[in-house]
Amino acid sequence: MALIELRGLSTVFGPRPQAALERVRAGMGKAELLADTGHVLALLDIDLDIEAGEIFVIMGLSGSGKSTLVRHINRLIDPTEGTVRVEGQDVTALPIPGLIALRRRRLAMVFQRFGLHAHRRVIDNVAYALEIQGIDRARRHAEARRWIERVGLSGVENQLPSQLSGGMQQRVGLARALCAGTDIILMDEAFSALDPLIRSQLQAELLELQATLGKTVVFITHDLDEALRIGNRIAVLRDGALVHVGTPEDILLRPADAYVAEFVRDVNRARALKVHNALAPWPAELPVPEAAAAVDADAAIETVLPRLVGRRAPLAVRRGDEVVGRICTDTLRALLEPER
Amino acid sequence: MATAGVTALLPAAVDIFPDWRTPLRHATNAAIDTLIVRFGDQFEAFANSLLTILIAIERVLRGAPPWAILLATAVLAFAVSRRWRFALGATAGMWMVGALGQWDQSMQTLALVLVSVLVSILIGLPLGVWCARSDWVRRVVAPVLDLMQTIPSFVYLIPAAMLFGLGKVPAILATVVYAAPPLIRLTELGIRQVSREAIEAGRAFGATRWQLLTSVQIPLSLPSIMQGINQTTMMALAMVVIASMIGARGVGETVLLGLQRNDAGEGLVGGLVIVVLAIVLDRILQAGGRRLQTDPDA
Repeated sequence: MALIELRGLSTVFGPRPQAALERVRAGMGKAELLADTGHVLALLDIDLDIEAGEIFVIMGLSGSGKSTLVRHINRLIDPTEGTVRVEGQDVTALPIPGLIALRRRRLAMVFQRFGLHAHRRVIDNVAYALEIQGIDRARRHAEARRWIERVGLSGVENQLPSQLSGGMQQRVGLARALCAGTDIILMDEAFSALDPLIRSQLQAELLELQATLGKTVVFITHDLDEALRIGNRIAVLRDGALVHVGTPEDILLRPADAYVAEFVRDVNRARALKVHNALAPWPAELPVPEAAAAVDADAAIETVLPRLVGRRAPLAVRRGDEVVGRICTDTLRALLEPER
Repeated sequence: MATAGVTALLPAAVDIFPDWRTPLRHATNAAIDTLIVRFGDQFEAFANSLLTILIAIERVLRGAPPWAILLATAVLAFAVSRRWRFALGATAGMWMVGALGQWDQSMQTLALVLVSVLVSILIGLPLGVWCARSDWVRRVVAPVLDLMQTIPSFVYLIPAAMLFGLGKVPAILATVVYAAPPLIRLTELGIRQVSREAIEAGRAFGATRWQLLTSVQIPLSLPSIMQGINQTTMMALAMVVIASMIGARGVGETVLLGLQRNDAGEGLVGGLVIVVLAIVLDRILQAGGRRLQTDPDA
């Protein structure tokens, strides 16, 4: 059983969502529905399993329904149809007290525009989840300080959010989510409002944190490079429907349809694909080289390209200390230049 | 004779208006009579409790020596602004009120304004919050607020005086009716303007509705609410002259006296004092509002 299970999730916004959904099922398109009835089809028949401990990225263009989708997991939005289960518990059927308890125990969230409370100091923003759970000031501040330090914000505890840069504000947002102590973190376009350098830093820090904390992260983004960098698995949403679920390699090498293929066309494939994607057996007639001279099978292709330039001899690939083959340059070319 | 003939020919022209005036008058008067007969005791009990609060505040303000009030003004003004010149200015204003011979009247007026603002906050804040939460409530309340602000005060002063007698209590009620609407509107506006993400963040971390209101919505709409309290205070001060007409003592009396005796100088003294009180209250409230917003511990 997956940690988070979405089953048959459909959501329509408007005064009569149920009736509108029936018209969609009868074959009406999203644009037609909006023009004819004023209803917005946000999600249609989403089935999704998110496993404990993975970073699961939900990707799509704006208006594809991705932010709506993530808000169903902690039920900030109620679906028109379908269920959301967290560890088997049906979130959509929970009474309010149960829902509040679930949000407190298991589901933290990070927001695109940070969602910080402008009237609270950084430390009180970070401690917010503990505060509303009635944990006393000394204990929640101690916990908050720990996370403020962890995200590299020591020294700004007593400042107001407005006194910080965007990147720092989102670190506060991240610390607030971590301080809640939940096993699941929902991140809605968490890094999208930041400039590229800061975004890249925060992505690296998220991966680093994740390596030690092992939380389940549901990460929403419209940025494919970001999705490929941090996602263990990626789901692609289009007009409210799932068009592809798979690993980053899957999505590049085996796109589910033309839309996904088009979507991934301009991405830096050398960064997203790994050496083992171009693995070929080591030629039997040649002596096997030392592992130290080989490249890691899980390294990004980008990192080994310099060693391939002008090289005649095959480049060995290792897994651990064992040489497992060589890089096949023909495969590599095909990987990096699909259908061109 | 000719006119009579024309009128006789056009009876319909005379009769296009039905008579609503008489039934409305009678129904209203009958309703108020019933209220007085059936709930007279309750109205009196309510009036007495308001009066108790007012008298307590009045006793403090009028009983304290003027220098103590001046000192309190200085301390309060400094506490909200942290600026000496500001504190000095506010104190000078209050001193001027005394120099114009209106000290006692000003204290009476201040007590009336304080109680009216207090009652306005007690009613206005929850009502504003409710309006922000429910479009339905807002649709009902908005026209009532328009009515409260536009209907001439004497219209509700008449029944108020009948229910509560002449004097301070109807004055407070009239002031509240006139002064509460901006607080209700600005509270609603402030709460509606709190960013969606700030609210979502509260909900996502498991805040209850009450926690959301007290930890996110009200604090973040405080600038707007403070503006509303400021407006309400100013409008309450503007009502003191009318309040004096139904027997509330205070600076309004001075203006009324000037009016009745055709004494322009006396009228000017009263008017000046009201302006000075308004300026002092306004500046202190605004500085207090700013302090609330910038001081994270407040």
